[in-house]
Amino acid sequence: MWLAALWLLVLTPALLLLLRALQNQLGANPVEELTLELGQWALRLLLLTLAATPVRRLTGWNGLLRHRRLLGLSAAAYALMHLLVYAVLDQGLALSLIVQDVFKRPFITAGMAAALLLLPLAATSFDAAVRRLGARRWQALHRLVYAATGLALLHFWWKVKVDTAEPAIYLAVFGLLLAARLLPARRRTPQRPVARRQPA
Amino acid sequence: MYWRRTMRRVKSWILAASAVTPRPVYEARRRLLQAGAGLVVGSLLPVRSRAVAPAGGVFANAPRGGFGTDEALTPHEFVTGYNNFYEFGTDKADPAAHAHSLRPRPWQVVIDGAVASPLTLDIDEFLKPQQLEERIYRLRCVEGWSMVIPWIGLPLADVLRRVEPLGSAKYVEFTTLHDPEQMPGQRRDVLPWPYVEGLRLDEAMHPLSFLAVGVYGDLLPNQNGAPLRLVVPWKYGFKSVKSIVRIRFTEQQPKTAWNVVAPREYGFYANVNPAVDHPRWSQARERRLGEGLFTARRPTLPFNGYAEEVASLYSDMDLSRDY
Repeated sequence: MWLAALWLLVLTPALLLLLRALQNQLGANPVEELTLELGQWALRLLLLTLAATPVRRLTGWNGLLRHRRLLGLSAAAYALMHLLVYAVLDQGLALSLIVQDVFKRPFITAGMAAALLLLPLAATSFDAAVRRLGARRWQALHRLVYAATGLALLHFWWKVKVDTAEPAIYLAVFGLLLAARLLPARRRTPQRPVARRQPA
Repeated sequence: MYWRRTMRRVKSWILAASAVTPRPVYEARRRLLQAGAGLVVGSLLPVRSRAVAPAGGVFANAPRGGFGTDEALTPHEFVTGYNNFYEFGTDKADPAAHAHSLRPRPWQVVIDGAVASPLTLDIDEFLKPQQLEERIYRLRCVEGWSMVIPWIGLPLADVLRRVEPLGSAKYVEFTTLHDPEQMPGQRRDVLPWPYVEGLRLDEAMHPLSFLAVGVYGDLLPNQNGAPLRLVVPWKYGFKSVKSIVRIRFTEQQPKTAWNVVAPREYGFYANVNPAVDHPRWSQARERRLGEGLFTARRPTLPFNGYAEEVASLYSDMDLSRDY
């Protein structure tokens, strides 16, 4: 059930964009619209992926955690589509222009770094990769998701001109998700469940 | 398909009115139109018939001015639906969605500062039909997109001359309405309100500098800067200040809105220049709006293609420094 809902969640934005593109409904600047939407969904899905652990720890509900791989892979897929639209439709696959952009403009540098960091994570998302790398090394590698998210947020922050309201919301969510990882250790200390079990 | 209408194709972008219609004929036609005899006599004169503006537009009869381009016009829906007008929100769709709260009538414009005879003009002073003309200009945004827009209005110099600038005047400052009631975007401090822009006096007096009261044959929609906006086609779009309430002659260079917020990114001059990049956008190429998903960017021209007319204004300047 949750699996179906999550599949719907991750596929719907892409399908809607495809539909709008086919109907020529992407507005005056379709390349910009497509780039922006794909980038925003990559970020939202990344944050949702990072929410899986805190949500389980705080609420006990593990619906997200069980399908974290789907969420993470879809975030990477949106990031890749975002990157492809930029490289192919916006820059016309002119490699020299793209390289120039990456080295000259910090917001492109940050975005490109974020996208590239997600690639090894997506490439090692299957079970055999975990076995081959060993759980410890695999987990160390996948901690790169924090760096990728941070860079993606920086990319978005630098991209907007003066209206930082939306990236600020994402940054706040990211901060809360990181902070939530520090909480559970303290939460385990109360003895309430034990006390209840003891006969009066 | 009125947006596909073209002018006579010429090598240069510029098309003098005299190339289309002999000047005496043109002027005679104007006078006759003013006299209300346009329909009768106009059909007898050997003038090239001008393209038809959208039916019912209040400026449907404005004559074509001396400047133009043969490029396809950007569709009306994009000219009026894709706007940077932060007074109504920072998203491109915000102005069209929220600008209904602006009341463009009645409206007064103060022209003062270093002038012999300051004036307060009612917007209808700017709407005298005999002085209005249509100018099809390219508009290049600093963000890397561009449009081709048929403005209706009058040369800025025509208005500025009325107040007799003093010899000490070196700049002209333009101020947008500041009223958070009418402009809800001003409730947030994304820019220092009111929005201020400025030109050097010789730039302001240049024949290309234009005050627009209409677009596409009709009154300016609020999101395009009703009732009166500046159009400076060789500069990035943010110089073309909207919904003007004050025009002031100054001796000092005006403190302009974007330049105050981010001087490294937005210079006072803001001339379109493919050789000088914005820190976040290459200015070498641009995307012409309305061309669809798979059309490549086109090369940006120095001074947005108006170099022949305006490059001499900057001959003694280093434009990579005075960007």
